[in-house]
Amino acid sequence: MRPSPARLLNILVPVKRAVDYAVKIRVNAQQTGVDLNVKHSMNPFDEIAVEEAVRIRERLSKEGSEPVTITALTIGPAKSVETLRTALAMGADSAIHVEIPESAPAPEPLGVAKTIRAIVEKQKEKEAVDMVILGKQAIDDDLGQTGQMLAGLLGWGQATYASKVELDLEKKNAVVTREIDGGSEQVRVKFPMIVTTDLRLNEPRYASLPNIMKAKKKPVMKMSPADLNVSLEPQIETLKVTEPPKRVGGAKVESVDELVEKLKAAGFTAV
Amino acid sequence: MGKYRGKSTTVLRPKTTQEVSEIVKWCNDRRIGIVPQGGNTGLVGGSVPLKDEVILSLSNMTQVRSFDPISGILVADAGCILQSLTDYVAPHNHIMPLDLGAKGSCQIGGNVSTNAGGLRLLRYGSLHGSVLGLEVVLPDGTILDQLTTLRKDNTGYDLKQLFIGAEGTLGIITAVSILTPPAPQASNNVILALPRFENVLPLYKTVKRQLSEILSAFEFIDRTAYDLAVKHGQGRALSEDEVEGAECFVLVETSGGKREHDEEKLNTLLESLLEADEPLINTGVMAQNPAQFSSIWALREGVTEAVSKEGKAYKYDISIPLSTFKECVDLTRERLRSKGLLSEDKVKAVMGYGHVGDGNLHLNVVANAYTEEIQDALEPFIYELVASHRGSVSAEHGIGAMKTHALHYSKNEVSVAWMKRIKAMFDPNGIMNPGKVLE
Ligand SMILES: Cc1cc2nc3c(=O)[nH]c(=O)nc-3n(C[C@H](O)[C@H](O)[C@H](O)COP(=O)(O)OP(=O)(O)OC[C@H]3O[C@@H](n4cnc5c(N)ncnc54)[C@H](O)[C@@H]3O)c2cc1C
Repeated sequence: MRPSPARLLNILVPVKRAVDYAVKIRVNAQQTGVDLNVKHSMNPFDEIAVEEAVRIRERLSKEGSEPVTITALTIGPAKSVETLRTALAMGADSAIHVEIPESAPAPEPLGVAKTIRAIVEKQKEKEAVDMVILGKQAIDDDLGQTGQMLAGLLGWGQATYASKVELDLEKKNAVVTREIDGGSEQVRVKFPMIVTTDLRLNEPRYASLPNIMKAKKKPVMKMSPADLNVSLEPQIETLKVTEPPKRVGGAKVESVDELVEKLKAAGFTAV
Repeated sequence: MGKYRGKSTTVLRPKTTQEVSEIVKWCNDRRIGIVPQGGNTGLVGGSVPLKDEVILSLSNMTQVRSFDPISGILVADAGCILQSLTDYVAPHNHIMPLDLGAKGSCQIGGNVSTNAGGLRLLRYGSLHGSVLGLEVVLPDGTILDQLTTLRKDNTGYDLKQLFIGAEGTLGIITAVSILTPPAPQASNNVILALPRFENVLPLYKTVKRQLSEILSAFEFIDRTAYDLAVKHGQGRALSEDEVEGAECFVLVETSGGKREHDEEKLNTLLESLLEADEPLINTGVMAQNPAQFSSIWALREGVTEAVSKEGKAYKYDISIPLSTFKECVDLTRERLRSKGLLSEDKVKAVMGYGHVGDGNLHLNVVANAYTEEIQDALEPFIYELVASHRGSVSAEHGIGAMKTHALHYSKNEVSVAWMKRIKAMFDPNGIMNPGKVLE
């Protein structure tokens, strides 16, 4: 139904529903994980990924060149659809929800990367994905591996920890500035490619009311891991989760002598 | 504020009500003036000595005396910092009925003494309702114990009401009994861009009707105030297309017990606003996470800070009919213009923002420097304007030392005469916060 563009740039943005960063994390009573009965929102790095995709589209449509489609993807329980709605309200065109049961263990990076690969292969049939933009890590498990694993599985180039993305549609590549220790680095990567986002890439927009309303009418395709022939069975077993020891407050001493005495009492000795 | 400098040489920090009583009695016998001091965040110079008064600071009285998690009634020493009380009741799923920018420093005794309003007034009402009891040391040292925890008590005159908003002129509050509401389980906010000020009132009506019990704030920011907040980095701005053609903004906050329920109500409201034949709003944005929620609030709360970064501020905190908010700002600006004072090197900006829900406008004039010329153009002009609408020259900040000369614009002769009689009855020697509220 689109006005026959020469070629579309198709961007896939995987997003994750995570415990909001402002929440005070508490270990659950069984010590199997953290209390999840708290405020969740889109993983902040994924928000940056959605924003970048939308900005790429805005830049390209201004120049009157090829239009861009943005598909948001999430893997998670029923409630994750809220995260997709946020992505749609920010500007994604459509969404895919790979639903898992509420009680299912949290998917691991390899399982997630395989699921994304399955989606990419499926999309080939209609709109081949040129670019996957995803967060460099999720703030709940901090694993930071999905993008790299996905690049390996697909055999695509990758530009991780991006702080700037410049596309050259004619040459079908992108020059990406990466955050590295002590500075930045520029890499050129051919399409199709993977980008993982770092904090400085952009500042995500608010969702505007008209876009929130429009988002409600945008399509969300639902499927299960089985539909994609992937398994999200964890390969890692969490033995126990505990809180770090509570920091005990310091105390003031009246004199150097008292300090020395206290240090000795605590088992410190002069060398 | 850097506007008032005390000349006092003595600060006393008693630890108990008994000690407060003894100090006050001693001072009363020797006719020594006392300035009660809380967190010293008041905006009208009420907690600053004018001559050589003794400062009596409540900062050493910081015990919570009791909290009943079932009724939510909290009894605390007057020196407890508002934020620490908020933290105290939080694990019991309660919140303080008031919240204001100064919460990290102001004390509950200071809040009660100024009858502070703040951001939650629309939802939880004023302290005249939520304060259930007070313990006060009267100017002769007597301890007036009205520290009850009763919601209902119609047994004669309600004396404690006199001390709420008395700004320390009738006695020293040493403890407060206050009703804390249950903490809302879900909050949302949106900021709406309006093409015309005239739409604020119909919008308020619609929002009130549709959101009813979950509406917890309805704040107004005019375009000048918004632009200034953005200029000084207070919160993330809306995009250019979103603010285009907006004359003012409204921040709506909801707080309720169930997220799905609240969101549905809010969504229905927003949909009807956008789809109306003659929409009251251009557009708006809704927070998608707590970070954006804070950022949207910062656009409103940050105006105060932005104003002080921009220049020297003349601040008027007035209560006037909602429909006259814009007119008052416009008339003030016009007056300055007609006097040739509206220019980059004199008055840089005139703006209005505030608590629409409470009929409270903050009218701010930002100048390059404080000058007599500007002062004379503004006063008594603004006070007369307020009086012509039967408004209040000090909606929530009090009279203190700064506005005593303006009291008569809001209180007629009979009222002032009776206030003076009450003052004389409690404090015949005039030792309690002399020179404040009444001239
Ligand atoms: C950033 C900022 C934001 C603010 N926002 C708001 C707002 O939204 N709404 C609002 O209403 N106000 C606001 N205020 C002003 C508000 O009145 C004060 O911040 C607060 O209520 C005063 O508390 P305090 O403990 O600092 O009192 P102080 O400033 O120390 O004293 C205020 C007055 O009360 C008297 N007093 C203090 N403690 C006692 C006591 N125990 N017994 C008897 N008298 C006493 C003092 O003598 C003085 O007259 C704001 C102030 C700031 C700095």
